[in-house]
Amino acid sequence: MTAITAELVPERDVTYERSAVSHFATDVRVLTKRSIARIRREPETLADVTIMPVIFILMFAYVFGGAILLPGHGSYHEYLIGGMLGMGLAQTAPGVAVALVTDMSTGLMDRFRSLPMSRWAVLVARSIAELLTQLIGAAVVVCVGLAIGWRVHTSAADVAEALALALLFGYAFTWVGVCLGMVLRSPEAAQATGFIIFLPLTFVSSAFVPTQGMPGWLQPVAEWNPMSALAAASRHLFGNPNPAASVHSWPMQHPELAVVCWSVALILVFAPLAVRQFRRKVLG
Amino acid sequence: MGETPAILAEGLVKNYGTTQALAGLDLTVPAGTVYGLLGPNGAGKTTAVRVFSTLLRPNRGRARVLGHDVVTEAARVRRMIGLTGQYAALDEYLTGRANLVMIGQLSRLTANAARRRADEMLERFDLTEAAGRAVKTYSGGMRRRLDLAASLIGYPSVLFLDEPTTGLDPNARAMTWEIVRRLADSGTTLLLTTQYLDEADQLAGRIAVIDGGTVIAEGTPDQLKSSLGGEHLEVALAAGADTEAAIVAVKPYATGSVQPYEDGRRLSVPVAAAEGLTTRVVRALDQAGVPVNDVTMQRASLDDVFLSLTGHVTAPAEETSDDGERSVAA
Repeated sequence: MTAITAELVPERDVTYERSAVSHFATDVRVLTKRSIARIRREPETLADVTIMPVIFILMFAYVFGGAILLPGHGSYHEYLIGGMLGMGLAQTAPGVAVALVTDMSTGLMDRFRSLPMSRWAVLVARSIAELLTQLIGAAVVVCVGLAIGWRVHTSAADVAEALALALLFGYAFTWVGVCLGMVLRSPEAAQATGFIIFLPLTFVSSAFVPTQGMPGWLQPVAEWNPMSALAAASRHLFGNPNPAASVHSWPMQHPELAVVCWSVALILVFAPLAVRQFRRKVLG
Repeated sequence: MGETPAILAEGLVKNYGTTQALAGLDLTVPAGTVYGLLGPNGAGKTTAVRVFSTLLRPNRGRARVLGHDVVTEAARVRRMIGLTGQYAALDEYLTGRANLVMIGQLSRLTANAARRRADEMLERFDLTEAAGRAVKTYSGGMRRRLDLAASLIGYPSVLFLDEPTTGLDPNARAMTWEIVRRLADSGTTLLLTTQYLDEADQLAGRIAVIDGGTVIAEGTPDQLKSSLGGEHLEVALAAGADTEAAIVAVKPYATGSVQPYEDGRRLSVPVAAAEGLTTRVVRALDQAGVPVNDVTMQRASLDDVFLSLTGHVTAPAEETSDDGERSVAA
């Protein structure tokens, strides 16, 4: 071998001998810590899951809410929170896309790829950070909901089921975000595309208004919107006003099952797409 | 000798669709040297670095880093290399220190070792004061230094610097040169790509000129320069001087034929450089009664080498960023 006089790494300082699993765990932990450190340094990063839902809740509860009449009556404030939960969780997808595109376009991903680390850890760490973001978002919605008079009228098991469905739903949208992040080329494009996708997705649904008031041709679109399924499921499980229960459409009659189906479908479509792009662009 | 070269490339081919970025690149970079890959935009420099640093698989040919194949032993290679690309590859929102600790841990240093090494690097790159600030507040020069520090965190034996001074102001550029020289002294093998001739000349012990994805010339800067005719004296005669008498006077010092130009007001004299040669030529002209304005020793610059090899001058870099001022090479 050659006489390399470059400074040699002290043996006690390296972890080469550890197992692949231990390396993978370290990489995931380090990269997850990185995402959390960013949130701690710049809490405004979370504006889309913290401040935005607060604004939406207050706006809909106190500005538009008075003009929205629920079929079968009931409190609009209680109605609203189920919808906000879906919006809050799906809203995080553009954030994943922006974060991934940023890493790709700044060359940071290239640096990661030149290191003896696991490349899959980048994806896993990102999804963990996203889950944390979604938990924070859900907590904000719940707290603001409680403040405006939203209450749960069911058992703890129902609430747990509602939260589990919400997180499954959020996880499915994480994959939509990863996929966008792999396909789009700039953070700005990711931001704009996210907006274009998620604005109609949220508003052409029962998240804020009952579908009964929509024109006939739009009603099926809104009823089959995954956002409506999550809103109906949450309302049903929280014991909140749920006008969708009287809509004769499969997802509105079986909202819990519809959320699971939608989430699984989104994961089945977007996860392989995202992984394929990730393999091509990152694993190389 | 049987010494393992730091980098060995044999017939590397890389195609992007119909364009061929590497067209059979052969390269041997001895360990412990600073090696310059010099070429214009699109010559294949960055593609070559991306293959060596395991980011790209070549379509054909093979490359080894310290004896390990970059495709089949990529994981092994990644332990031994450091990469600094054209853009600072850092997390803008983390502090400088957090960036270094993160890269250190991902380079398989233990958490404690990564922290120690990060502090050592911050100190070495004069970034201790800014260590606690988010990278997005850093100047271009500071980013570049942090980026270099990041690529050194994992104790690489071979460091790739892809256009390390592109987009830097003259101060930051000089500082980067200084860092490269210090690294070279430490014995790290450095592969440096540049489109600045003066940069290759200043920093690299050996240079490969690449164009169209292959190496078109290789050697030390001096070898490359002398392959193009070596030195000559430029003699500017004073008004009314006798050109013929001047040619006769300088002939004994010439290694080839003396070329008068500009209507005989200037002479180009091919010479073999030697101590006191210019003085002796001036004296000879004086003794022959030929008044001169100026006598200067000229050497072929790498610009000349480059121009004669590629048929085009080095293009100024196409900048996509808004770096503002940038020094344009020789």
